[in-house]
Amino acid sequence: MAVLAPPTTPAHEPAPLALPEQRIFVASQWQLMWWRFRKHRLAMVSSVIVIGFYLVVLGADFLAYADPDRSEAQRSLMPPQRVYFFDGWRFAPYVHGFKGARDPNTFKRVYVADPTQKVPVRFFAEGFEYRFLGLIPTTRHLIGVDRGRDASTTIFLLGTDLQGRDLWSRLMYGTRISLTIGLLGVTMSLVLGVVLGGLSGFYGGITDTIIQRTIEILRSIPTIPLWMGLAAALPREWTILQVYFAITIIISLLGWTELARVVRGRFLAMREEDFVVSARLVGCSQLRTIFVHMVPSFMSHIIAATTLALPAMIISETALSFLGLGLRPPAISWGVLLQQAQNVQTVAISPWLMLPAVPVIIAVMAFNFLGDGLRDAADPYGR
Amino acid sequence: MLAYVGRRALLAVFTVWAISVLSFAIIQLPPGDYVTSYIAQMASTGSVVSEEEAQQLRIQYGLGQPYYVQYLKWMNLVVRGEFGMSMEWRRPVTEVIGDRLWLTMVVSLAALVLTWVLALPIGIYSAVRQYSPGDYAATFVGFIGLAVPNFLLALVLLYFGFVFLNAHVGGLFSPEMQDAEWSGARVWDLMKHLPMPALILGLAGTAQQIRIMRANLLDELRKPYVVTARSKGLTELRLILKYPVRVALNPFASTIGYTLPYIVSGSIIVSLVLGLPTVGPLLLKALIAQDMFLAGTIVLLLGLMTVIGTLISDILLVWIDPRIRLEET
Repeated sequence: MAVLAPPTTPAHEPAPLALPEQRIFVASQWQLMWWRFRKHRLAMVSSVIVIGFYLVVLGADFLAYADPDRSEAQRSLMPPQRVYFFDGWRFAPYVHGFKGARDPNTFKRVYVADPTQKVPVRFFAEGFEYRFLGLIPTTRHLIGVDRGRDASTTIFLLGTDLQGRDLWSRLMYGTRISLTIGLLGVTMSLVLGVVLGGLSGFYGGITDTIIQRTIEILRSIPTIPLWMGLAAALPREWTILQVYFAITIIISLLGWTELARVVRGRFLAMREEDFVVSARLVGCSQLRTIFVHMVPSFMSHIIAATTLALPAMIISETALSFLGLGLRPPAISWGVLLQQAQNVQTVAISPWLMLPAVPVIIAVMAFNFLGDGLRDAADPYGR
Repeated sequence: MLAYVGRRALLAVFTVWAISVLSFAIIQLPPGDYVTSYIAQMASTGSVVSEEEAQQLRIQYGLGQPYYVQYLKWMNLVVRGEFGMSMEWRRPVTEVIGDRLWLTMVVSLAALVLTWVLALPIGIYSAVRQYSPGDYAATFVGFIGLAVPNFLLALVLLYFGFVFLNAHVGGLFSPEMQDAEWSGARVWDLMKHLPMPALILGLAGTAQQIRIMRANLLDELRKPYVVTARSKGLTELRLILKYPVRVALNPFASTIGYTLPYIVSGSIIVSLVLGLPTVGPLLLKALIAQDMFLAGTIVLLLGLMTVIGTLISDILLVWIDPRIRLEET
């Protein structure tokens, strides 16, 4: 905390509040948490990454430059393209056009860059129409090429998939679905966990025993086969939206036990605290005791536990979709994108199809570190 | 001690019951009943199921009766070891599953053992040599293990194997041993192929266990009894292994019960990527083809074996740790 104090204090003034110890005494709980959180450098970096991810969720269509569903046989399985940032000494990013051909020996489709053709990359270029943030209709995208170009003179930063769809644009849309499904799933888990963990911790006795045994049983079952069974039973004719919510519910059933455990632990620790007893003594109803007095004081712990539960959600969705049991095309998620990388032969020929694994790993790590930092900060009085 | 084991056994019985209900639910979930799908399946391949046969099947499985009757009838068959017919393979489910269930357990147990063998010494090293390069390396590997879903790890390793070694590194047997009879040579072949899937499956668990062991041991190392022991002139190695490690081992050991289900779960997906002859690929196929008896049976047996494994590890834990053995409950 010494860093926070001003370097010098003029002698004639009364001792200012900014002295480290005093600052700590008057700071609110949330302020203390912020100070402690700030010390956890990895968590700070991770929070920036997480915010970045959710900005992608909001602006996926702005960041994409091609319609994620538009396929073109002419550009199937194109490798990622090199972007040249400088044309001579001028900053004018461009990419090369390319020619598609068949390798006479292997019959594989190969693409050769054509250095004579420079395709300028434009910022705020016009592309397909969408509604920015779901509200403002526009055709502007962060990057793009001039309109009216054919398939051989366009950009594909991360290459294309088997159907010739642009991987970068699909990744943007996939991020939107994968991260919201995680967030929704964790919210549902949280509701389940808080209600059941709360009941368990607050009432104790037989309720506690039943809920605790249920959790123990659920934790000793290999869950993935079960969820696979549930997911496989979703009717084939369901719409994307229906499947989306069904999968969200299924993965939320995975995560609630850990949250319930945390909530129960806090409840048990707090039940006998003076302020809870006095709240009860002055005649607060049970609901009021729980939600007005108890919940705010362990809110921070819940937030931390929730953040730590998110990676599992993201991995579950990715795994289910990867197996073809989760979201199904035409829906786009990280798992759906990775489905194309399922067998070694494909991956060996077109390794860029594995790229969607990168955001999965980064997101999982970022949420883990963020959760760690939050968990340490949640108890600012400790140590 | 008996009370403790009894309690665990009772819980295991409940768990098995819960698993059986859930597996039954999985069998029941798809629209239409077994016989209708069976007839449709047969018709699509050109054969005809006679009315009598259909009727007999309906009676055997109690179709059309309330769910609990159907459940009891199914349980009755299961207890006698009859798991029904696999529609896709048109053979009894037990025959289709064959060795695969055992191989699943072998792979999972190998992963579990590897987790322990790696996590224990690395965890101890990380704690004793805190902030050394080795500690940082272990921490780094730990984070990778936690962040990379194991099926992606499998995919990446397969890719590297393909690119750099130009070999298919998956599978549990060499091609010539694939369908061979069980023999010493085949077992040896299996042993040679085990480390790779075991490592992939065990990495996440290992990472977690290293963290737990390190944290526990760090707490213990600061305690006065360690200083006392050291001042009495015990060698460092003996001191650490004899006192703090034994204390730190306990929370470490108690997580084993939750590690096995986790590994078995993971093995399903990893097997698909690596092409292991476990129940994983079979389950996926069965689910996609809505071959529900096969799928339900796999889920049931997998759950059963996991529960037994967990129970055994619980009992071992009691045997290792006197505090639980003597605990009053």
